[in-house]
Amino acid sequence: MTYKRKDGRKNDELRGPIVAKVGVVPNADGSAMFQIGKTIAIAAVYGPKKMHPQHSQNPEKGTLRCTYNMNSFSVEDRIRPGPSRRSTEISKITEWAIEPVLMIEEYANQVVDVHINIIQADAGTRCAGINAAAMALAHAGIPMKDMVSSVSVGKIDKTIVLDLDKFEDSEFEDGEGSTDIPITFTHEGKLTHIQLDGKISPEQLKEAIEMGKKSCDEIYEVQKKALKEIGK
Amino acid sequence: MKTANITQDRIIEYLEQGKRFDGRKLDEFRELIIEKNVAKKAEGSVRVRLGKTEVIVGIKMAVGTPYADSANKGNLMVTAELLPLSSPRIELGPPKFRSIELGRVIDRGIRESKVIDLEKLCIKEGEKVWTVFVDIYSINDDGNLLDAAGIGALAALKIAKVPKYDEEEGKVLYGEPDRDLPLNNINPLPVTVHKIGNSLIVDPNCEEEDISESRITIGSSDGIISSMQKGEAVPITIEEMNKAVEMATNIWKELFKKFEKLLK
Amino acid sequence: MTDRKIVIPGEVIATGDDYLPGEGTEKRKNEIVAIKFGLAEEFNKLIKVIPLSGSYQPRRGNTVIGKVDNITFNGWVIDLGTASSAFLPVSEVPKYVNRNDLEEVLDFGDMVVAQIFEINKRGIDLTIRSRGLGRLDQGIIIKVNPHKVPRVIGKEGSMISLIKDNTGCKITVGQNGLIWISGDKIEDELFAKKAILYIVENSIISGLTDEMNNWFKENSK
Repeated sequence: MTYKRKDGRKNDELRGPIVAKVGVVPNADGSAMFQIGKTIAIAAVYGPKKMHPQHSQNPEKGTLRCTYNMNSFSVEDRIRPGPSRRSTEISKITEWAIEPVLMIEEYANQVVDVHINIIQADAGTRCAGINAAAMALAHAGIPMKDMVSSVSVGKIDKTIVLDLDKFEDSEFEDGEGSTDIPITFTHEGKLTHIQLDGKISPEQLKEAIEMGKKSCDEIYEVQKKALKEIGK
Repeated sequence: MKTANITQDRIIEYLEQGKRFDGRKLDEFRELIIEKNVAKKAEGSVRVRLGKTEVIVGIKMAVGTPYADSANKGNLMVTAELLPLSSPRIELGPPKFRSIELGRVIDRGIRESKVIDLEKLCIKEGEKVWTVFVDIYSINDDGNLLDAAGIGALAALKIAKVPKYDEEEGKVLYGEPDRDLPLNNINPLPVTVHKIGNSLIVDPNCEEEDISESRITIGSSDGIISSMQKGEAVPITIEEMNKAVEMATNIWKELFKKFEKLLK
Repeated sequence: MTDRKIVIPGEVIATGDDYLPGEGTEKRKNEIVAIKFGLAEEFNKLIKVIPLSGSYQPRRGNTVIGKVDNITFNGWVIDLGTASSAFLPVSEVPKYVNRNDLEEVLDFGDMVVAQIFEINKRGIDLTIRSRGLGRLDQGIIIKVNPHKVPRVIGKEGSMISLIKDNTGCKITVGQNGLIWISGDKIEDELFAKKAILYIVENSIISGLTDEMNNWFKENSK
């Protein structure tokens, strides 16, 4: 029996609304907001600039440094302000998801700082953060080979679904439970990030990734529109 | 880059004529915008803009044990995070003094004015009380984060709802608002007065804040002062302090009128 | 490819073997692809992307405005708001400098207008040998998006002349986005600032010169 989603969505349907806006932090060199369903992320880019501390500098090329942070009130059970192991891991994942498209070889000893802040969390926050970060980096004029777009696919019991919401991600336990697979693709189609939590066969995994790539194309269109409509 | 030395001279010169670069009067605030419920998982949240300065304040509530010396009162905790996201001058790392001071000054403003009726947040004396967490985040720093944060904190408190509490299970039922946060009819808003040369101004933008020699934050409500904090190392005269207090309590009237209108 | 349009990284701007990849673009097989966010422009088959936002890219010959951050034994370290540091050596000052008293010429915190005469791995080297360069003594400094500077200057300086004529101010525009304005009265300086910020905000529209002529007519005191 296929799973029927609580919000009535089709299995391969993204949540709505999907809202993206560029230039939300005037002080930043580049900034953007990305919302999908009830998850809202903002990203601000500062750089390229001299890297501190000096011992972290790379004399051969520029460094990308991402920090992911959830507001204490972005979730039901308040999160104590400050970094956690989870936010530290997601910060690194975000760097790895984006670095392949950045062209910062010319910026020796310099850093491009990307700060991601989650204002409202309803699953898929790291993906929303990556989507906001990509727009913010483009807005900041950082040279990039391509854009990256991120979404989480998954499996609910035996059914492959797209863009898990909070209930599907954390609370669904029937049958085979829920499997969460956040992924990031370049627009060209290369995978720069994948994580998996749950239980899935290789065949179903292939199906999930196919579904994910299709919807990353959808997200790319939203990111492109937001950048092209800057100032409107 | 901090405000250039020659620009600083001009700002001071202009202030002596009673004028500011953006056409404001010395005791005039920038345009205030308040947006309600920007973070729906919070018990109450607002986005406040003062000109280009932006903060987001959210209220979360949890049930815990009371402090020994206030067994029948709920708890209040105010935290501020000046995010590196909001300014090129803010670095990564543990909260620096500026964040800590901001949190503590706003805390004092709320606590000392007794705007929250903490006794009404007692569930079982000595055992279970509500804690109100007020968390402040800077989103864009163009000066005067402090007053923006104070306005945000009061606004968030005013729209916050206490969630239902299942006493049997000992669980807070988030997402199920039960009642308004119990507040007294007091409206503490901070007004920070800055000394630049011989002039006193309020709500400086970044350019002006760079040359502020000394500042004094005055939290008041309808003429009653409940908190004060002087910052920076330049001393002020008694006249200047009295003038600052007068400015702050007068400005409160205008500010509160706008505040009420925006929260309707 | 005719009209200028906004492109994003990875977007194909034109297809065809005879196109050449200019700044902000890359050639992939027979496609010219954008590698920066900005306005795509074509001139004689050369396609480039003009950034709309982001940090200043220093170039040799640029006039820039900066602040003295530090004084060493043989010159001044200047902050231009860029990632690389800029240095003004004593040898590039067109007058005698007492080696023990560099502060006399340029002190900590002083604002200076200079020219970039070399960019290398160490950083940016500046000179103040030419006319119009040197310490800025009075007036205000404003900061704008460096990519809008060409609009503020205008074709052959037409826009900046218009502003100077209508405000009576001396104005020097740094390619790094810092602009110095000096007038007889602060009101004049603030009026010039207002005009410049208006140009920056409306930089994308065409017919900006006419727009500014009208603006000055409407806004004159």
